[in-house]
Amino acid sequence: MTVTLPISVDPASLATEDAVPGRWRRMPTKAKVGAVVLGFFVLAAIIGPLVTPYDPSYQNPSPALSMAAPSAAHLLGTTETGQDVLSQLLIGIRLTLELAVIVGVVATALSVIVGVAAAFLGGIWDELLSLVSNVFLVIPSLPLLIILLGYLPQKGQLATIAVLSGLGWPWGARVIRAQTLAIRNRDFISAARETGEKTWRILAFEIVPNEVSLIAASFVNTVLYAIGASVALAFIGLADLNSWSLGTILYWAEGQQALQLGAWWWFVPPGLAVALMGAGLVLLNTGIDELGNPRLRDASSASRIAGRWLRPTDPTPVLQEVQQRRTGLAGFLHSFSRSSLLDQSQAGDTL
Amino acid sequence: MVFILRRLVFYLVAAWVALTLNFFIPRLMPGNAVEAVMSKFPGILQPSAYRALEALLGVGHAGSLWHQYWAYLVDVSHFNLGVSSSQYPAQVSTLLGEAIPWTLTLVGTATIIAFVVGTALGIMAGWRYGGTLDRVLPGLMFLQAIPYFFFALILLEVFALKFHVFPVGQGYAGGLVPGWHWDFIGSAIYHSLLPALTIVLTSIAGWMLQMRNVMITTIGEDYVVAAQAKGLPNRRVIFTYAARNALLPQLQGFGLALGFVVSGALIMEIVFSYPGIGLLLLGAVSSDDFPLMQGIFLVITFTVLLANLIIDLVIVFADPRARAREVAR
Repeated sequence: MTVTLPISVDPASLATEDAVPGRWRRMPTKAKVGAVVLGFFVLAAIIGPLVTPYDPSYQNPSPALSMAAPSAAHLLGTTETGQDVLSQLLIGIRLTLELAVIVGVVATALSVIVGVAAAFLGGIWDELLSLVSNVFLVIPSLPLLIILLGYLPQKGQLATIAVLSGLGWPWGARVIRAQTLAIRNRDFISAARETGEKTWRILAFEIVPNEVSLIAASFVNTVLYAIGASVALAFIGLADLNSWSLGTILYWAEGQQALQLGAWWWFVPPGLAVALMGAGLVLLNTGIDELGNPRLRDASSASRIAGRWLRPTDPTPVLQEVQQRRTGLAGFLHSFSRSSLLDQSQAGDTL
Repeated sequence: MVFILRRLVFYLVAAWVALTLNFFIPRLMPGNAVEAVMSKFPGILQPSAYRALEALLGVGHAGSLWHQYWAYLVDVSHFNLGVSSSQYPAQVSTLLGEAIPWTLTLVGTATIIAFVVGTALGIMAGWRYGGTLDRVLPGLMFLQAIPYFFFALILLEVFALKFHVFPVGQGYAGGLVPGWHWDFIGSAIYHSLLPALTIVLTSIAGWMLQMRNVMITTIGEDYVVAAQAKGLPNRRVIFTYAARNALLPQLQGFGLALGFVVSGALIMEIVFSYPGIGLLLLGAVSSDDFPLMQGIFLVITFTVLLANLIIDLVIVFADPRARAREVAR
């Protein structure tokens, strides 16, 4: 008995899916959610500082506005000294995101240079560069960051960026080195070399473009690391405490006992902003992973075929397997449907 | 043995790099520990005390650089890490000695629990891929993205301040004398529950996600399919065929992520005023106590290196390939 599966692919629908909106739709849900959340914060970082209702550093002397709960005038309440939390938050998102993106760009560039150089030069250079990146991977970075920043006389944005970039590259370098080693001996590289391409051209136009997804993932990871580390450093006071980043807001909130005094509006919004940005980045990264490795996609990418959840990577279902287990009322109701004609229950098995 | 020896050499190099960085950073950076102490006691400490302080804090620049370096290595090997400038006459090694047991017990136990539970959940999520556990993953990833100390603040607010289920910070109830008696141990355990919960909840998702992903890739391997086709019981396929192999990259990842997890946990201690290394670090940072900061850096680095060495030993035990390499030689 030959039965076709009850799925039909309309060629027209496939063709339209190659348009750009189709590509967006085919992205894993996680990546979409991540991109939307991040987009929101990027917008907040761009527009935020222009629309802050108050000067974030202005200390309102009115005693009624010391740790005032959120109200119409101060949407997120005020701090101990009467500063507007919302204004601080908007500036803080800008500063934190700015720092994280710059660190992401610089550190990722470093890791591409080191990773590609190690794999391509080979020999003693590879040994040396790999050793350096492995050593810096295994040495915990936060305490090292703390003594580096501790010794610097100005602990401003620039110092933090320099120190974070200087310690943020080893992981990416390691991953990119492995990937470069894997593609170094492919035919198209040999072909490029045979045609007399210069080494830098092979690196820039043959190797690096083939690692774009890896570099993107490494960038997202580095931004995540930079947000976490910069907020943690500011939280223990290693930052310019007169500027408003998410970490410094938390530092002042903790220092003024916001928690003990019940001023949740002071420390919850900045912490939540950090958490949401982080979650957005993690989701985006998982999405990028899933795009490259369909096995990792979760149940959301499975489609329901004849009542069974099948994932894109599953083997083509055999009809026998596809038959669903229906019991009781569901089975009884199903017996009225047209698709029940496809069932082979007459064979005697009680599925 | 060859594998272990190679790793041992690597960790020795890493330790040497850490020691050397620790030696050179203060000499290359513009800040100055002696001036930090001097400014703490203006008027009390005469400028003539400068030299004496230098010698005491171990930052004196006497002799050639090479000579200083050698003296520094000898000092460190005798656990002589200088004198704290914020808690003045106290030795850095004494202060560290008081704080380490607290941190090691809390952070160590909680990290191991998080790793074991996270890995077990990852095995299940990877096997029942697309199941209930997979659906809660995005929620867990959100927990993972929260900074440790912020999550600690929230837990403290809810469980300690609102519902009074747990104590508000500190390592033990006030008035108790630390010692090996039940009052103290019970109180210490009670006070460590909330910090431990913070570490477990924030770090579990990472281990789980990583294990799930490796597990899914491993399950696709032919030998796992073959094991299933042979009709082996599921439990055997999961644990002996799939999980055992998936565990190796997981363990390596554990070693690499350890430094990050421990650092996060240290910051969290600050929120709970837990008397460990993290709180000591906060004190050192806020009072520019450089000798103490550097001592803490060395202690954390060496602990993480040691933990990595132990993980390598476990890998050799679990991975026949790591053992086979030496036979082949």
